[in-house]
Amino acid sequence: MDFRFDIIVEYAPYFWQGLLVTIGVSLAGIVFGLILGLFIGLGKMSSNPIIRLPFSWYINFFRGTPLVVQILLVHFGAMPLFFAQPNAVASLAVSLSLNSAAYVAEIFRAGIQSIDKGQMEAARSLGMTHAQAMRYIILPQALKRMIPPFANEFIVLIKDSSLGMVIAAPEIMYWGKAAAGEYYRVWEPYLTVAFIYLLLTLSLSKLSHYLERKYSTQ
Amino acid sequence: MIDVRQLKKSFGSLQVLKGIDVHIREGEVVVVIGPSGSGKSTFLRCLNLLEDFDEGEIIIDGINLKAKDTNLNKVREEVGMVFQRFNLFPHMTVLNNITLALMKVRKWPREKAEAKAMELLAKVGLQDKAHVYPDSLSGGQAQRVAIARALTMEPKIMLFDEPTSALDPEMVGEVLSVMKQLANEGMTMVVVTHEMGFAREVGDRVLFMDGGYIVEEGKPEDLFDHPQHERTKAFLSKVL
Repeated sequence: MDFRFDIIVEYAPYFWQGLLVTIGVSLAGIVFGLILGLFIGLGKMSSNPIIRLPFSWYINFFRGTPLVVQILLVHFGAMPLFFAQPNAVASLAVSLSLNSAAYVAEIFRAGIQSIDKGQMEAARSLGMTHAQAMRYIILPQALKRMIPPFANEFIVLIKDSSLGMVIAAPEIMYWGKAAAGEYYRVWEPYLTVAFIYLLLTLSLSKLSHYLERKYSTQ
Repeated sequence: MIDVRQLKKSFGSLQVLKGIDVHIREGEVVVVIGPSGSGKSTFLRCLNLLEDFDEGEIIIDGINLKAKDTNLNKVREEVGMVFQRFNLFPHMTVLNNITLALMKVRKWPREKAEAKAMELLAKVGLQDKAHVYPDSLSGGQAQRVAIARALTMEPKIMLFDEPTSALDPEMVGEVLSVMKQLANEGMTMVVVTHEMGFAREVGDRVLFMDGGYIVEEGKPEDLFDHPQHERTKAFLSKVL
């Protein structure tokens, strides 16, 4: 079997562009997912069941339906309500953010609730407010425990950004498919794509191990 | 100093405090004893509102805990608490455990807070542990640090919730001696404990709780040597 490196070389600039798009939408998904997820996680921890309800249904919906369906709904349903010409990359970034927020919310909630309640009591008994106790006592301990599940979630997110292909968002997978279509070849484009994703996810997992080590030794 | 009137508290359908009345004077050391499930820890935790109560009144140093204009965080600065499981902050050094509240609640500068912390560590005999993390301390050392931490805000009242129950027997003494020292300095203390020797030696008054009530109270020598109630007698015969 011959392996046509010339296809990879020819498509290298496109793969490079695709890589930037993939990194861009993944970063957007991580950053906005974290912000939105913290907010939703706090909402779901409310002691008031009426306040809790919308947050838990947000999580139910985005965890319980396929991401590809969410991407199609966002790109062809929600985005046209706001923009005449929806941008596929923007739609993908929005979908990934909304989706990862649901998982992030649960990671936050589980992390915070895993801290012994004696820690909050000790902090409050010293005269700290609830917010101070959260900030100085609960969150620093909880965040450490959240590193592995966050890494897990964001690795999934990077890989799932490949679903942007269905709305023609020009990320790596989109260019892989384009190359495969043009030359009617399978191995060269898809192995290249797989390799690039592997590099991205491995870097993230290395980063996670580094953070874990850094914070476990205090 | 502490006035408790008709204190009632339920967890769901289970009423754990069925009407507690007690008055604790300044400088008094009150020891609360009783079988597990008698409500003694819940009673203690109500005194700084770690546990909300349903009915009755608690007035600490003239401040009604349930009054609308009461700043609970201010009250808690006046009431130190020591827990059975120490509850030291594991992600901070011993020194930072002690300085945190001074710096964040009182807004003291670091140097002033650290000087105060070292003074408190000296008091419990642990200056040399200032820069280690709590997980390298023995149980007795951890509890002494917890006492030092509870003293940072210069509380007028100290609450002890079974402070020696989680300790190996050989470490109980070092914690009790720190508590004794505090009592001798005139601290108002409410101590839930199973250490009858401590109750007898240091306590000014002993409350025996059972089934959500204070069944009997009195001076340690009276209560231990001449208990009046059957339940007190039954309990003491098992623990003494």
